[in-house]
Amino acid sequence: MTQTATDTTVLETDILVIGGGTAGPMAAVKAKQKNPKLRVTLLEKANVKRSGAISMGMDGLNNAVIPGHATPEQYVKEITIANDGIVNQKTVMAYAQRSFDMINLLDDWGVKFEKDETGDYNVKKVHHMGTYVLPMPEGHHMKKILYRQLRRHRVQVVNRYMATRLYTGKDGRIAGASLLNPRTAEVATVKAKTVILCTGAAGRLGLPSSGYLFGTYENPTNAGDGYSMAYHAGAELSGIECYQINPLIKDYNGPACAYVTGPMGGYTANAHGNRFIECDYWSGQMMLEFYRELEGGKGPVFLKLDHLADETVQEIEEILHSNERPSRGRFHERRNTNYREKMVEMHISEIGLCSGHSASGVWVDENARTTTPGLYAAGDLGSVPHNYMLGAFVYGALAGEDASDYCAGHDFASISDDDIHAEQQRILAPLNKSDGVSPYQMEYKIRRMVNDYLQPPKVTRKMEIGLERFKEIREDLPMLYAQDPHELMRANELQFILDCAEMAAHASLYRTESRWGLYHYRVDYPDTNNDEWFCHVQTVKGDSGAPECFKREIDPYIVELDDEEKDAYNKLRVASTN
Amino acid sequence: MPLAKMVTSVPVVVNADACIAHKGCTVCVDVCPLDVLAVDMAEGTAYMKYDECWYCLPCEADCPTNAITVNIPYLLR
Repeated sequence: MTQTATDTTVLETDILVIGGGTAGPMAAVKAKQKNPKLRVTLLEKANVKRSGAISMGMDGLNNAVIPGHATPEQYVKEITIANDGIVNQKTVMAYAQRSFDMINLLDDWGVKFEKDETGDYNVKKVHHMGTYVLPMPEGHHMKKILYRQLRRHRVQVVNRYMATRLYTGKDGRIAGASLLNPRTAEVATVKAKTVILCTGAAGRLGLPSSGYLFGTYENPTNAGDGYSMAYHAGAELSGIECYQINPLIKDYNGPACAYVTGPMGGYTANAHGNRFIECDYWSGQMMLEFYRELEGGKGPVFLKLDHLADETVQEIEEILHSNERPSRGRFHERRNTNYREKMVEMHISEIGLCSGHSASGVWVDENARTTTPGLYAAGDLGSVPHNYMLGAFVYGALAGEDASDYCAGHDFASISDDDIHAEQQRILAPLNKSDGVSPYQMEYKIRRMVNDYLQPPKVTRKMEIGLERFKEIREDLPMLYAQDPHELMRANELQFILDCAEMAAHASLYRTESRWGLYHYRVDYPDTNNDEWFCHVQTVKGDSGAPECFKREIDPYIVELDDEEKDAYNKLRVASTN
Repeated sequence: MPLAKMVTSVPVVVNADACIAHKGCTVCVDVCPLDVLAVDMAEGTAYMKYDECWYCLPCEADCPTNAITVNIPYLLR
């Protein structure tokens, strides 16, 4: 049995950025650029050199708004329609207006984008309406480039510490965070004037069909930490019922990836080799058609490349097997899958929460501010729909700059010793035992229940039963046993996962209609009901300690939609395959 | 509650002849996003301690002596 004691070590920083993947490094650099005198600390559960969703780089920008190819107004329209109207357009516009400057900044930093013979960015069409995809065939250097900037701007980097909870002062303002070292089980407290959460998606919510806990679509270190921490800090979350579900290579569970192969002639096909969707851009509507084909008589679904010329396939392989999820190649090799000879079997991912791909996040305004004063959220965590990697960079920048200004007008809020003591007892409890339930068993059980009861098609009674099961697992938490500090990290992560599962059930039950295709397909409320549900659904921690939901009105649009355009994403099925 | 000892096959293979962990190298341990690798002090080599691999490859790509091979976890193959 490991002896651990609570600790009164208190560190101090002006800006604490939690999460060193994509948005986090950009937030830290931009905060330093705005005011080099500020103490900016970047906290990372792993190591910033190889952390987050882009640890092995990225193969392209999915949402580049580049003059001559797209305008910010067009992009705002596209995302408004792709997200069934439920957007705060101001936040999407704030991204779109800085998109091009951010691309140029990354270009200056050494990121290699695909350019044509005249040196212009070589943008491709993947979305239903506009043109926004910019390939980065050498995108595997992304993390190195970010690391160089962190060094240059003298950001203090703290690796291998996870944040477990945020502290707030008496006035509800952010005061700091509680930390755990997953190698030594040391605990610490950071006092900060402001905190920027960049902890990525809730990627370990559903269980992949392989049953392997860590075979997730998202980097499984992203367990929903930020969703849980923002929730306990009193912040509003939004669109939690709008799950992330993605089309993937079956079993491998990585992207196929239509954004790379689409512009080169590849497409998603049914068992007959026929196209059944007009557009491979990931939206809930597209996923519903994908799901229907997968479950139907012409299923399952495949990625079709076997009709392409050898040199095209070779180019695709070079990109797919060196970026983002480079082990794809060896997965295919073991199964004797050659893109030239046969189609690649696809499947749908487990459910997750992620604004980067869908729209489930911590509510933020156009400055990345959450509803908790002094707390920001960016990247896959902040509620800006379909924001992807470039959106993470832009919102990281917005958060860093705004947090820098916030520091000028605010001093530290105080953290109560009682809060610190209670939190440290909570974090360390599983280590101060000699037996019990392992974090892997408990996590498996939560996530298996998520699949059984929350995964769409959503059914009211099933989700209610799911909540009963989650409540029972919550009652089991005192039995959690960790053999070492590493397992203690997992024991704390599964509590994030449990919070996310309960929020997902509550938010899904609250919205009594269907919307976003498969993401919120409720079998007992199959229609979209704009009279009652043309609004955001917000989730907060209620007085009882359980999630509570309420409606938030949609801000008046700043870019109007034509009636004809509104329906564009509802007409994704190829007519001849109905 | 009593505990069991169960064995699992893990996907990360370290070539002991090439690994220079005994010289103080910890690159693979440092870069793993899931923190699943460790150094076996007695053997002087790195090894996969926890069966939590995302088959993401930083350990293999960053190893200075190419001592690491990441296989696809058995359940997914």
